[in-house]
Amino acid sequence: MSDQREEIFQHTISVIVDNEAGVLARVIGLFSGRGYNIDSLTVAAVADNDSTSRITIVTSGTKMVIEQIKAQLERLVPVHVVGDLTLEGPAVERELALIKVSGVGEARVESLRLADAFRARVVDSTSTSFIFELTGKSTKISAFIDLMQELGLVEVARTGVVALSRGKTGLEQ
Amino acid sequence: MSSEQMSGAEIVIKALQDLGVDVVFGYPGGAVLPIYDALFQQNRIRHILVRHEQAALHAAEGYARSTGKPGVALVTSGPGATNAVTGLTDALMDSIPVVCLTGQVATHLIGNDAFQEADTVGITRPCTKHNYLVKSTDDLGRVLHEAFYIATNGRPGPVVVDLPKDIQVARGVYRNPGKVRHRSYQPQVKGDLALIKKAAEMLAEAKRPIIYSGGGVINAGPAASQLLRELVRLTGYPVTSTLMGLGAVPAHDPHFLGMLGMHGTYEANNAMHDCDVMLCVGARFDDRVTGRLDAFSPGSKKIHIDIDRSSINKNVRVDLGIVGDAAHVLEDLIKVWKAKAYRPDEKALERWWKQIDEWRARDCLKYKPDDKVIMPQYALQRLYALTKDRRPYISTEVGQHQMWAAQFYGFDQPNHWLTSGGLGTMGYGLPAAIGAQIAHPDDLVIDIAGEASILMNIQEMSTAVQHHLPVKVFILNNQYMGMVRQWQDLSYGSRYAESYTAALPDFVALAEAFGGAGLRATRPDEVDDVIKEMMAIDKPVIVDCQVAKLENCFPMVPSGAAHNEMLLGPEDMGEETSEAGKALV
Ligand SMILES: Cc1ncc(C[n+]2csc(CCOP(=O)(O)OP(=O)(O)O)c2C)c(N)n1
Ligand SMILES: [Mg+2]
Repeated sequence: MSDQREEIFQHTISVIVDNEAGVLARVIGLFSGRGYNIDSLTVAAVADNDSTSRITIVTSGTKMVIEQIKAQLERLVPVHVVGDLTLEGPAVERELALIKVSGVGEARVESLRLADAFRARVVDSTSTSFIFELTGKSTKISAFIDLMQELGLVEVARTGVVALSRGKTGLEQ
Repeated sequence: MSSEQMSGAEIVIKALQDLGVDVVFGYPGGAVLPIYDALFQQNRIRHILVRHEQAALHAAEGYARSTGKPGVALVTSGPGATNAVTGLTDALMDSIPVVCLTGQVATHLIGNDAFQEADTVGITRPCTKHNYLVKSTDDLGRVLHEAFYIATNGRPGPVVVDLPKDIQVARGVYRNPGKVRHRSYQPQVKGDLALIKKAAEMLAEAKRPIIYSGGGVINAGPAASQLLRELVRLTGYPVTSTLMGLGAVPAHDPHFLGMLGMHGTYEANNAMHDCDVMLCVGARFDDRVTGRLDAFSPGSKKIHIDIDRSSINKNVRVDLGIVGDAAHVLEDLIKVWKAKAYRPDEKALERWWKQIDEWRARDCLKYKPDDKVIMPQYALQRLYALTKDRRPYISTEVGQHQMWAAQFYGFDQPNHWLTSGGLGTMGYGLPAAIGAQIAHPDDLVIDIAGEASILMNIQEMSTAVQHHLPVKVFILNNQYMGMVRQWQDLSYGSRYAESYTAALPDFVALAEAFGGAGLRATRPDEVDDVIKEMMAIDKPVIVDCQVAKLENCFPMVPSGAAHNEMLLGPEDMGEETSEAGKALV
């Protein structure tokens, strides 16, 4: 039960699944069917032989809902293991974004200067536009996008968060 | 192990045989013709032709629930599969192991809106425990064995295997993999012993304990029911049961308080509310049990044993959750109790039983007898008295009659009570009875029905007649969708919008039209004779038992109320349901 007065927490959850048809639909269907939030979701095959994929989900809810989400994920047949990177200690979280900015003169120079300060790379340029590639925490990417708003922001593509726990062990050990 | 080439359809049949399947409930169509042809050419698996695919699923559920073995259904693509969806959802909600094979258009046509194509795995993903689309004939054997493993292990449930027609036709290799060891799905059956020790300690310290048992105890097999009985005997603690758990503890055991929840007994709901330690075994704190959540058993420490971790702390926060199979955990719990030589607090327990006896003295199931009109409760009391010695399998439809059946038919063993609890599916009872009768040909099987519900799968009379299944349909005919009318009495000023069924069929003539027998009772003094006659007839029988039209089912916890705020009779019906309650189902 989600009690509206209870505090909402954001968690990053890592799920190792069999890399088979429909597995993403199962995970997404679980979230939509039970009314859970998806703040971001990424998925790609991670095993050498492509047999398993890692899904990284950023979600938010009350403590009880977060606990439910993990238990419900564990119940899915193709799910091998579910980890809560927010609870299980420090983790590295990264997101990649491509940001297209168009402008001339002062704005163009300023965007390039800020990109430098954020360590964004220019991956495409025309005489009136840039595409910046930026990697980092989601908050950093959002801050950069905010700054670009006034400098001719055209469009943005973000990958969503990928994350791993710090230290020497992995989710499946 | 042989690895000769066989057609996909032959592999399906061979795998089913290897898995010990002796009966399949199904309905043919273009996309499963190869499988039907393979079925035709063997005689180890019996096929029961139903008259609607929904019924195939409910029959498979009835078979499963009454035997503990998985039920199997076979339906065609498109409309066959979509008709199966209600039954699949029903099995999911009540954790019934069912495997449903669906035909599918040929692989190369998938996605082209081919004739009778439906996205079966897409449609059934949320209403199955798991589903498969088989894309290679060589995979068939593995997938089918896995499907049965998934359906029956952990928390049981329905599994769909979607079989494109070209896969059924193509030749491939089959090998019996024997015991399945799944890559990722390995449910925990043994409970954590440290937690079980803690539970035993909490139970031993209880002053006002209660055991709240559910369908999980039935699903864990007859041994779990025996262990639960032993725990009750050892502790002397009161025990109540959900709708799905009836029969685990004998109804007439003095420790049994009757069913709890919306139409549970006064003593069960009050004891749940006032207890200080609650042991929940294989139940899931659903809304029909808890009533208003913030008022649910506010002063108790709660222990929850469940095979499904996601059931723990879903609706109600518990103090101790133990993941494991009911039988295993109960066995360990009993061992610990004995090893530690725990004794209940006799003084406190005596006080608690005294309190419970006071609640019992309210005699909450009493009703006003009538010598002219058949009271539905009376009809069920007579049905129970006259049939109990034959230990019948009882199924129900959904409505007041279902709740009265739960209240008045005293079950004293597991697996004899088949009812649609979670989904509340009208039309469940007759096909479920057919499934149970197939599994237990010499036993008495009765569907306690309402006149509205029975019309939802009445066509299955034809199935019963064809296969010589002498199921009995005992209709408590009140001419109303009584449960709907009851809610209209409670919350809508008795404005009976569409809850009266005009133009009901003549059920006696209807039974005869199907080739069964029809009987009717209109006065209380006819009830016994009709029941005896019903039992004596060796074919499908419909009994049209015409009962009081406006009787309501009590006790009742109105929606939105706390579980100890029960209406005990018509005299309590004055107040309208709260606004918040009206928004609840
Ligand atoms: C398939 C389906 N449709 C609608 C309902 C809602 N519903 C619940 S009980 C009920 C009335 C059942 O009437 P009847 O079978 O005559 O039983 P009674 O309550 O009169 O004993 C209805 C319509 C349901 N449970 N299932
Ligand atoms: Mg009725």
